[in-house]
Amino acid sequence: MPLKILVTAKRVEDSESKIKVNPAGTGIVGEGLKYKINPFDEIGVEEALRLVAKHGGEVVVVSVGSKDVHEQLRHALAMGATRAVWVNHAGPMDQLGIAACLQKVCEKEKPDLAILGKQAIDDDQNQVGQYMAEWLGWSQATFASKEESLESEAEKSKTPAIKLNADGKSITVIREVDGGLQTVESPLPCVATTELRLNQPRYASLPGIMKAKSKPIEELTPAALGVDMAPKLTVTKMVPPPARKAGIKVPDVATLIEKLKNEAKAL
Amino acid sequence: MHFGLSDDEKALQDTARKFARDVMRPKAAHCDETSTFPKEIIQQASELGLMNLTIPAEFGGMELPHVAQAIVTEELAWGCSGMCTSMISNDLALLPIEIGGSKEQKEKFLRPFTTGFRLASFGLTEPGAGSDVAGLRCTARREGDFYVVNGQKQWITNGEYADQYTLFCTSDPAKRHKGIMCLVVEGRPQGLTVGKHENKMGQRASNTVTLTFEDVKVPVANRIGQEGEGFMIAMATLDNSRPLTAMVAIGIARAAMEHAIDYSKQRTQFGKPIADFQAIQFMIADMASDIEASRLLTYKSAWLLDDGQRNTLVSSYAKRFSADMGMKATTDAVQIFGGYGYSREYPVEKLMRDSKLIQIYEGTSQVQRLVIARELLKGT
Repeated sequence: MPLKILVTAKRVEDSESKIKVNPAGTGIVGEGLKYKINPFDEIGVEEALRLVAKHGGEVVVVSVGSKDVHEQLRHALAMGATRAVWVNHAGPMDQLGIAACLQKVCEKEKPDLAILGKQAIDDDQNQVGQYMAEWLGWSQATFASKEESLESEAEKSKTPAIKLNADGKSITVIREVDGGLQTVESPLPCVATTELRLNQPRYASLPGIMKAKSKPIEELTPAALGVDMAPKLTVTKMVPPPARKAGIKVPDVATLIEKLKNEAKAL
Repeated sequence: MHFGLSDDEKALQDTARKFARDVMRPKAAHCDETSTFPKEIIQQASELGLMNLTIPAEFGGMELPHVAQAIVTEELAWGCSGMCTSMISNDLALLPIEIGGSKEQKEKFLRPFTTGFRLASFGLTEPGAGSDVAGLRCTARREGDFYVVNGQKQWITNGEYADQYTLFCTSDPAKRHKGIMCLVVEGRPQGLTVGKHENKMGQRASNTVTLTFEDVKVPVANRIGQEGEGFMIAMATLDNSRPLTAMVAIGIARAAMEHAIDYSKQRTQFGKPIADFQAIQFMIADMASDIEASRLLTYKSAWLLDDGQRNTLVSSYAKRFSADMGMKATTDAVQIFGGYGYSREYPVEKLMRDSKLIQIYEGTSQVQRLVIARELLKGT
């Protein structure tokens, strides 16, 4: 059965960039920063491409943001996504606004499955997939992972870890939970969110990058979708983590144990 | 004038950079140490579309601009210049066909490179003909619908693994450049012997062999251009490939500079990081500004091709400047590392050895100066 899968491509700061909090503590310094697709979303794109390679269908990638997010949409298209939807919104937004936009896009597109990153590496909220599933009335399979390692044959042969069941109407997902893995089944449509160990995303090939240029990006607006983007969550202050203090040298093991016991309280 | 990269160029660079970082770099030291040709990595690069970038769309290729190809090449060379040389060896071997081939020949000899992984070798240099291209002695004697080829080719990149060779021979050595022709040799015809892999100083991941031709029959239909046009085709090919070799030097130099910067911040002497000393700072400043100058010059030499202009002069500037720059930058990087730089435990001595080859292959730095002087002085 061909699958229609919706995936996301949030624009986040590249973790290789130096992230600095601005002096006013209201946000981070944008100058000199590089951006990329949220790595968890990229894993979602990869999983969707593998499912579609196996079962047929299409992958629709969505991003909410200013025109800058075209870069991330193009990246997903270059990896192999079929087409893109851009929800054009330049101002501030929070998880509720993003989830509402994605809900409306799902109602419009009617995918069989939505695969999102479990969280974005910028604000680490881990909320959007859950809100979306709740509002759509779909079931959810968060933290999708797999038993095989990222060095396994299954991974090398790009076998999807999310399995479409024989009935063609439900999926089996292995979830990462504290201390192990949990296997769940869910009817479609469903929202899945990705863990780091689900797969190793492919590189965008050079022919893929060139082909992505001619793939369509449909523009929508929150207003047209009937979504109020005014954030309900406000960031009141940002502070950088305290700088690490230099270590000290101790003369002997006895002092080390004494310090570990009484100063570090580690023993 | 515009110096920024386009979104496309940034995306291509990004893929090449990730591939260089995640796939090439981790194997670079091993391939250098053991002089191993990493065929699987080259194949992976081909599958990602990092090779054969300029084959025309008409024959199934990506037909990317030369500037985009230069951008990609810098990243690949940053990953490992030996592997990169093997990757761009295909361009060198296919360029004569792109430049001088008929439509049928392009269909036959270019298209297969766009549908699967294939390697090609460029065969110009001989044991007795290096910088003196017109002195080549590998002969092609016409016999009906075939040429019978006899002779030897030296320093042939990918020669052991190539599916196709672009060979330069002469109908008569006495005719010098007027006797040279270009032939495409497919597969391993009878009479072609591949010599042993050369034990090189640097770029040891690239495969380099001698080829010996003894009465090898090549169909006349495989001749690119006319008899006597081979020299011109070879020179036009080198005009096209010089931006790539210049870019290899730049990729190596950038890697050396990055290692030098990291090391100079960690290494402490006289109670402070050596990066605090002007002697070190000046070397790094020279490297950075020379790399940037080389890159701009090389982009320009590639841009001229994209603009349909002759780039002989500027591509020779780029190749000469970048090759000499690369040698200086990598030598200084070893200097900054001091004794550790001279040890194989650290990555910079490999870069210095790798860099040396750019001053030699595809026209030595001296030949580049000859080309430049000839261009500047002609007609005056």
